[in-house]
Amino acid sequence: MATALTRKDFISDQEVRWCPGCGDYAILAQVQKVMPELGVARENVVFISGIGCSSRFPYYMNTYGFHTIHGRAPAIATGLKVSRPDLDVWVVTGDGDGLSIGGNHMIHVLRRNVDFNILLFNNRIYGLTKGQYSPTSEVGKVTKSTPAGSVDFPFNPITVALGAQASFVARTIDVEQKHLGEMLKRGHDHRGTSFIEILQNCNIFNDDAFKDVSDKSIKAEHQLVLEHGKPLIFGKNRDRGIRMNGMRPEVVQLGNGVSESDLVVHDEGNLSLAFMLGNFEPPMPTPVGVFYCVARPTYDAAMNQQLEEARAKMGAGDPQKLLRQGDTWTIN
Amino acid sequence: MALPPEAAGQAAESHSLAGGGVEPKRREKVDHVVIRFAGDSGDGMQLAGMQFSTESAMAGNDIATLPDYPAEIRAPAGTLAGVSGFQVNFSSNEIFTAGDEPNVLVAMNPAALKANLDDVQPNGVIIADVAAFSDSNLKRAGFASNPLKDHSLDKYQVFEIDVTKLTTLALRDSGINNRAVMRCRNLFVLGLVSWLYQRPIESTEKWLAGRFRKTPEVLAANVRALRAGYNYGETTEAFASSYVVAPARIPAGFYRNITGNSATALGFVVAACRAKRPLFLGSYPITPASDVLHDLAGFKNFPVYTFQAEDEIAGMASAIGAAFGGAIAITTTSGPGMNLKAEAMGLAVKTELPVVITDVQRAGPSTGMPTKPEQADLLMAMYGRHGESPMPIIAAATPADCFDCAYEAVRLATKYMTPVILLTDGQLANGAEPWLVPDVSKLPEIKVELRTDPNGFLPYLRDPETMSRPWAVPGTPGLEHRLGGLSTEDQTGNVSYSPANNELMVRQRARKIAGIAREIPPIQIFGDANGGELVILGWGSTFGPIRETVNQLRSKGKNVSHIHLRYLNPLPDDLADKLRMFRKVMVAEMNMGQLLKMVRADYLIDAVGCNKIQGRPFKVSELTNRITRALEG
Ligand code: SF4
Repeated sequence: MATALTRKDFISDQEVRWCPGCGDYAILAQVQKVMPELGVARENVVFISGIGCSSRFPYYMNTYGFHTIHGRAPAIATGLKVSRPDLDVWVVTGDGDGLSIGGNHMIHVLRRNVDFNILLFNNRIYGLTKGQYSPTSEVGKVTKSTPAGSVDFPFNPITVALGAQASFVARTIDVEQKHLGEMLKRGHDHRGTSFIEILQNCNIFNDDAFKDVSDKSIKAEHQLVLEHGKPLIFGKNRDRGIRMNGMRPEVVQLGNGVSESDLVVHDEGNLSLAFMLGNFEPPMPTPVGVFYCVARPTYDAAMNQQLEEARAKMGAGDPQKLLRQGDTWTIN
Repeated sequence: MALPPEAAGQAAESHSLAGGGVEPKRREKVDHVVIRFAGDSGDGMQLAGMQFSTESAMAGNDIATLPDYPAEIRAPAGTLAGVSGFQVNFSSNEIFTAGDEPNVLVAMNPAALKANLDDVQPNGVIIADVAAFSDSNLKRAGFASNPLKDHSLDKYQVFEIDVTKLTTLALRDSGINNRAVMRCRNLFVLGLVSWLYQRPIESTEKWLAGRFRKTPEVLAANVRALRAGYNYGETTEAFASSYVVAPARIPAGFYRNITGNSATALGFVVAACRAKRPLFLGSYPITPASDVLHDLAGFKNFPVYTFQAEDEIAGMASAIGAAFGGAIAITTTSGPGMNLKAEAMGLAVKTELPVVITDVQRAGPSTGMPTKPEQADLLMAMYGRHGESPMPIIAAATPADCFDCAYEAVRLATKYMTPVILLTDGQLANGAEPWLVPDVSKLPEIKVELRTDPNGFLPYLRDPETMSRPWAVPGTPGLEHRLGGLSTEDQTGNVSYSPANNELMVRQRARKIAGIAREIPPIQIFGDANGGELVILGWGSTFGPIRETVNQLRSKGKNVSHIHLRYLNPLPDDLADKLRMFRKVMVAEMNMGQLLKMVRADYLIDAVGCNKIQGRPFKVSELTNRITRALEG
């Protein structure tokens, strides 16, 4: 495009209809802010979603968009991206859409490594259907469908993605606008499926689910910001870190003989480390940032390459010739 | 073909197959022959049958084939469950079916004999590999005594041939191991049968050369076994004569032997070429549809994208994504898979995207009989989605017709911006027939114009004639818009819950589909164009048996006609009037009466059903009985 795009260019004329105070607003604002910085022509951007509160997202983006059916967005996006590798494709989904009804599509797109970005808004609840527990809700959760508490053991989106052979796995938080923006850019730059879990507050049905990592007064004690090549340090005074005690990670206080050099240094290319960090649950700090990022051939590029090679070898397809192959004969 | 089946293969004057070795051998003329090759699923009977069919087609006969293979890939060897059969009918006249009863049964083991014996006509020929009739094999097949010895086959002409020994002898010093030698037995039999009916074996040799080009010693052994079988027929005293089936009077032109699944794949590729768009197939493997995926995976240079999806839903969903991006998008499946695709098909209806869904029907319900044909998915195709979600449905009548129907499905989908269902079935999928290869440039036009002009663009602004909406694909500046499954406003496509608007949109989509009837060609009545006593209404693969039966009965002076439908939704505008010209209407279909319900409901015509749900096509004899009774009643 000739003129530089701005945030406004990505705002559609549709009225945004999430509950007031919903974390989705902040995510939408940040995506709209980041889009012009990605250097992609607006007509080449496509947002695809499934069903759920988060899946209303495409209506609010002034790009191409497709609000599809429950759980199927990754499969629909695969068909689009494979046949149209020129497009910049984004999938917006939630914990129910992406990990429950659409779990199968999610794991398969991750292992295939189709080149698009998945933003999974995790609010650990079903919002659109008005408050049932989700596959990321904690055991014991009391909801409309689990009055005696959920007995359902939850998924951890990060380790699910890692286990599904994802090549890019990150986590960020709705209210951490700067960090969210960075993760969006990192994910966009990555060739292959970028899986970004966004901790999102549903203030109606699961308020403060992520209070420990989003409340300004306490979050520094609970957030572990991952940076490639840097030691794992957190805390308001940056005085605590993660050290290995044999095969087990532990939180240590820096000082008194414990120095930064004793701490684990983050390595985005280390799958074992990514799994270890992905499994951090309180009282361990909650990691945010890029857990894992490796270069791996993408499905769409590999398939298009096969098509190119076939074309180079056999020439462009000739339909008449094609029909005249096989067991043929002429009757005079 | 006018001959009644009971006379099949016996038109010759003198007929002494089992006579002593008088030389030179006689050649006798017959009109048509039905051969069934049967053996264990590892015996290569499909291959022998396919190659024999090709040889016959190349010899100028009309052919029709019916493969019948077990669903279990590894049923225990020698058991009835493991029997694989391939029936071919070849004729010097026009034929429509693979024949009711074989004149010749090739039985590679006792189980193959047992499973097929009831179908063989009296005085029919049985060629049995005696080496396989061991005590243990006889027991496995459930024979108390050896039928080759106990006179239970006296009403047939039995040729006991030690195929195993003869093949082994022929390949004595070929350098391949015993296992590989055993795998050549089918070629020995093919060679022998080829001699018996004076088929040229060059096409088979050519085919073998292609298949085994990387293993010259295996190729040499196969060719040697084939020729050994052929020469054995010529030299042995067992066969007094061979038979000649003269070429049929077939229109001149360039022919190809084609199965329904291959024709379906070709129809899609050619349609995409005509539309000047890439073809995208999203599919999950399922019997009996997988061959379409296999074939298309070989046509990458056209370009054809084949995406083997994680499940049936993703097959359909990926096709929707590709259609959104401007590809000719298709998915292929069978009944159980179409169940799973239903929700996504509804999304394609709502967003008005062109996707062709091919259902290669098989016997249900549930897993049913995966390798056997049925036509019981018609009402699912019509109504098997939530909400009002009409789709055009077309059905192929013969293997070669699958090409035209696949092509037509793409033409309708892109012209009307709608998903389209193509119904074939397991019989069409694997059955083969000679196909007069069409001139691509003479096929109906498929004109796809992607919207590029932002001026006045609205995603649901309809073409006044076809009522189709514009196809505006991502990457086009100025046409950025959002599609979705939610109810949306007329023209703008913005989400809307207005009650009146919802009804308007439902009715618009229904009118669009109904409007396709405008371009359905007038119904051709086979038989009495001005009406008469009885008309048989059919659709899909029942074409062959119905046409054959009606043909035979008409030649005997019976007042019966045939109407066959390709378009099942919308139904042709002139169908009701045409049916009303007959005193009686009978709907013959391989289900419990699904088209029958539609005809009765839509037209209030008091039609009756003729139904079969056995995973097998109608026999001509069955239809003949049913029709005769209806004419009498
Ligand atoms: S229900 Fe929760 S997630 Fe949904 S819009 Fe309201 S606040 Fe947001």
